[in-house]
Amino acid sequence: MSEKIKAAIIGPGNIGTDLLMKAQRSEYIEPVWMVGVDPESPGLARAKEMGLKTTADGVDGMLPSMQEDGVQIVFDATSAYVHAENSRKVNAQGAVMIDLTPAAIGPFCVPPVNLADAVAQKKMNVNMVTCGGQATIPLVAAVSRVQEVTYGEIIATVSSKSAGPGTRKNIDEFTRTTAKGIEVCGGAHTGKAIIIINPAEPPLIMRDTVHCLTHDDPDQEAITQSVHEMIAEVQKYVPGYTLKNGPVFDGKRVSIYMEVEGLGDFLPKYAGNLDIMTAAGLRTAEMYAEEILAGKFIPGAA
Amino acid sequence: MDLKGKKVTVHDMCLRDGMHPKRHQITVEEMVTISKAMDEAGVPLIEVTHGDGLGGTSVNYGFPAASDEEYLTAVCKEMKNAKVSALLLPGIGTVDHLKMAVDCGISTIRVATHCTEADVSEQHITMAAGIGGLDTVGFLMMAHMIEPEDLLVQLKLMEEYGANCVYITDSAGYMLPDDVTARVALARAELNPETEIGFHGHHNLAMGVANSIAAVAAGANRIDGSMAGLGAGAGNTPLEVFIAVCDRMGIQTGVDTFKVMDIAEDLIVPLMDHMVRVDRDALALGYAGVYSSFLLFAKRAAEKYNLSSRDILLELGRRRTVGGQEDMIEDLALDMAKEHGTI
Repeated sequence: MSEKIKAAIIGPGNIGTDLLMKAQRSEYIEPVWMVGVDPESPGLARAKEMGLKTTADGVDGMLPSMQEDGVQIVFDATSAYVHAENSRKVNAQGAVMIDLTPAAIGPFCVPPVNLADAVAQKKMNVNMVTCGGQATIPLVAAVSRVQEVTYGEIIATVSSKSAGPGTRKNIDEFTRTTAKGIEVCGGAHTGKAIIIINPAEPPLIMRDTVHCLTHDDPDQEAITQSVHEMIAEVQKYVPGYTLKNGPVFDGKRVSIYMEVEGLGDFLPKYAGNLDIMTAAGLRTAEMYAEEILAGKFIPGAA
Repeated sequence: MDLKGKKVTVHDMCLRDGMHPKRHQITVEEMVTISKAMDEAGVPLIEVTHGDGLGGTSVNYGFPAASDEEYLTAVCKEMKNAKVSALLLPGIGTVDHLKMAVDCGISTIRVATHCTEADVSEQHITMAAGIGGLDTVGFLMMAHMIEPEDLLVQLKLMEEYGANCVYITDSAGYMLPDDVTARVALARAELNPETEIGFHGHHNLAMGVANSIAAVAAGANRIDGSMAGLGAGAGNTPLEVFIAVCDRMGIQTGVDTFKVMDIAEDLIVPLMDHMVRVDRDALALGYAGVYSSFLLFAKRAAEKYNLSSRDILLELGRRRTVGGQEDMIEDLALDMAKEHGTI
């Protein structure tokens, strides 16, 4: 692959740095900018060392040379509070925004479920829902593509060490956004999300339980096959996405028990919840990049 | 121990924690009858919601007989003197549920987190404390899992967010009176003098009453209990017993001892689907320090997958599970059944 699409990352924290490490291996994406707000940030220093252009003046520090540098895709790994402003500014420069914050001003994107649609519709801002959403919504969708799901519920259990201050300060955002994603992307009539933070040492690997209630008796064979196929799809970008038990069928309840181990790039392996976000964000960017490279999509020209 | 003249606010749990042994199937009518009788007996504060708090309705914890809104509305409007509280676990319920409960007429909100995770309650406690006149309580569950000094740090966070009362919660019924004394005494010495301290016990080692008295002696002035102990595991501190003991010791609860004895015997015991007592599994909870509401889930999984429920509970303890992880139980049971070669 000779040509890659240039990208910028806003937010040099844990997520942004992990994303950078993954993006450097990408066949389609070349990270060229890391944007922060703190000149002392170790994440900015690290990015600079890796050869990226950096600024501690926020998005405004990158805007003047963004087009010249050929940035066509931007990841926002900051917070919901500043996302809308960031997105408006980079969209105005003709770049697609991939939103890893819970702001959700663009449509939800869960790669194996609806990434193709988002790309086909040439959306200029897509939102990656939540970590719990990325880990579970594919499985709700795996059941709902077989038959009607009246209710989808997920329980995400993450280690205390992998739940950052942003998540903690606004945990309601997680439950609300994930529940909405279960409905909008997962295809359940009603969604419910629960998050549990466990402080055990050594830290536990992210666990996720998915319960679906089907309208009619579940077609066990078709659902089991669909779930296995979906897991294989997610494993393409998160190899540690593992079925622990299930699908268990009990009346109209379908339950699936998962474990999500990360790649351990910048974040530790147990933080599968963070890894699946960065991996899904990158997967999304790559699909956009493929379209751009094929000449099918010119960002900003939608 | 001379506690004569001490004033304690007792807080009844049978219509919230009691939902666990009832699989959340207490009806609105039953709640109204029982809460009216408690009001009449002088119980000052009564908790009402799904067993896992506001928004607990789920596959994971169980779907209740009625919604939180229906329960709260029905009970609140019947109370003459008693106040009604609701429990909220961030990660399960949200501030939207909190607002709904306030609109239904609650006067106390209790925001509960695992004992090391107080910072997830900031959003909810801050909002509650900003609502004029709402008694705002921080509630640290599984408080046996960390040392008193570490617990104090978390209690202080809740106080800082705006809680006017903080609870030390023995969700596993694991603590012995000295454990309670150490935690409550340190909190009493270090928190603001105007911050109230509460203790919530479970009776898995039959220590509910002794622990609650130890808490009062160390400076707690709110005590949770439940009529006839109706609650998760071997139940909560049996409130009618605690009140009788307080009566003997001269601790003032303002509750009529004989009336609560009658409520326990005539209204609650007949309501029980099984005798809430220190059976083998409940004892295992207290012995191993496991979240009390796992009890029935473990029994059901054991039956379904032909395992020992005690083995399941002990393994949940070894894995350092915390409150709310009911979804671990079937998953673990499947692992154990595979190991045994039974599935």
